[in-house]
Amino acid sequence: MRRFWSVTRAVAWRSVHNTLVSPAILLPSLIFPLFFLVAFAGGLSRISDVPNFDYGPGYTSFQFVFVFLQSAAFGGVFTGFAVARDFDSGFARRLMLSAPRRSGIIAGYALGALGRWVVTGTVVTIAAVIAGMNVDGNGVQLVGLVGLGLMMNFAAALWACGLAMFLRTEQAGALIQMPVFVAMFLAPVYVPLPLLTGWIHDVARYNPVTKALEAGRGLLAGSPVEVGVAFLALAVAASVLTVFARGGLRSAERAG
Amino acid sequence: MSAVAITVSPPGLLEQVAAVARRSATRTLRQRALLIFPMLFPLILFAINGSALNAATKIPGFPAPTYRDFLLAFPFMQGALFIAVTAGVDIARDIESGYFNRLALTPLRGEAMLIGQLGGAFVTAISQSIVYLLVGIATGVPIKSGVPGAFVLLILATLIAFAFANIGALLALRTGTGEAVQALFPLLFVTLFLSSSSLPRNLIKATWFRDIATYNPVSYLVEGMRSLIIKGWDGQALYLGFGFAIVIGAIALTLASRAMRTRLVRT
Repeated sequence: MRRFWSVTRAVAWRSVHNTLVSPAILLPSLIFPLFFLVAFAGGLSRISDVPNFDYGPGYTSFQFVFVFLQSAAFGGVFTGFAVARDFDSGFARRLMLSAPRRSGIIAGYALGALGRWVVTGTVVTIAAVIAGMNVDGNGVQLVGLVGLGLMMNFAAALWACGLAMFLRTEQAGALIQMPVFVAMFLAPVYVPLPLLTGWIHDVARYNPVTKALEAGRGLLAGSPVEVGVAFLALAVAASVLTVFARGGLRSAERAG
Repeated sequence: MSAVAITVSPPGLLEQVAAVARRSATRTLRQRALLIFPMLFPLILFAINGSALNAATKIPGFPAPTYRDFLLAFPFMQGALFIAVTAGVDIARDIESGYFNRLALTPLRGEAMLIGQLGGAFVTAISQSIVYLLVGIATGVPIKSGVPGAFVLLILATLIAFAFANIGALLALRTGTGEAVQALFPLLFVTLFLSSSSLPRNLIKATWFRDIATYNPVSYLVEGMRSLIIKGWDGQALYLGFGFAIVIGAIALTLASRAMRTRLVRT
């Protein structure tokens, strides 16, 4: 176990260090959520005037939860890019040779993804507060919202690391990013689920991201909705993706 | 025995442009992934947002019966942004690989190198505009300006894409690396989202956002294309759309030509 943690700590430290010292890596992961917040909360706020749109804290808060969870997911995705880059540069192969417990590599990258999200999540939250976000939830409920973000970040990091280890090239970037992006947008992003119509309503109903989003919005509004179901959905996703990431690691081991 | 002098006249500008453009277009057509991803991504967003934002049509004064009709101009504009990046990365790759340096040793003129390099972007612009139009029609979006309007839409969309390709070329020639061009992509993307691409300007609630959208030329490019789809023939929207596309393209091309000259001098 000690060897596992030493690998995890080393990989996580390197991942966070690389993110913080390289603006080319840090800025895109900061800019994208911020600009989604500005574009959605600012440009689409009129949507809250649609009949039956009923969300107490207002449209900025409604969109904040989406952007907050999206930044969590993309914290994981961007870490997948770093894994792919490490394979392209040959660093990952040297790391695999030197690591006494290779499963610590996945854990380290996942911890690095968390470190990355701590930065972006904080910036997005500060920006939303400056933009006039209302918070009706209490402290415990806000901790619940952060917990949803942590789970989302962890699941996305496992997906991204697993796929990057399977494909082992930076060109996998679009493939890592696209399913997460689509899953996020197939949830009720702009209006609550009951106001969605057509095929997207059917898809959103069964999308696990919808559960996380609705629970997060409920927590921010101080009226929790299916929080347990949301955590369960994310826990199941994380369990499945842990198996997937370990498969990716084994594939990388076989490839040498 | 008398010596025979052989004089070979250098090819004209058009021939030079055609030669470089042929290579650029062939390279683009060979890299199908580069063609398909930028084409697919705007369509995915069109499909999702077209349904997800349909509730916006219930806002009093919304100008289209379905949000899909309103949104069809969006993929054309987003596709143009992707073309800017693809064109820029292609040129940057030629700079990084030394291909530009080798071309600079030939009698090829700088203008021919620049415009020819954008040949691939031109092919992509036309192909993706046709695909977006066909997808729009297939999903039931009526083009209010009819068949002639659809052609004008294709011309405007291609012109806009070409204008943005020049911006990509400018970035590539100034920075010289594909990574730098890619890193600037979010900034181009911001201009699309801070425009009237998601809601008409008169329905944007936040005053600061409406002001930014009003001063953002991308709003007029989107509105020009959108007018052909949901309004019919709107002279002012078309005038502004074509006007901004030409001005942006001309400025970017002029600056890119200067950057090209500087780069050739460095070579």
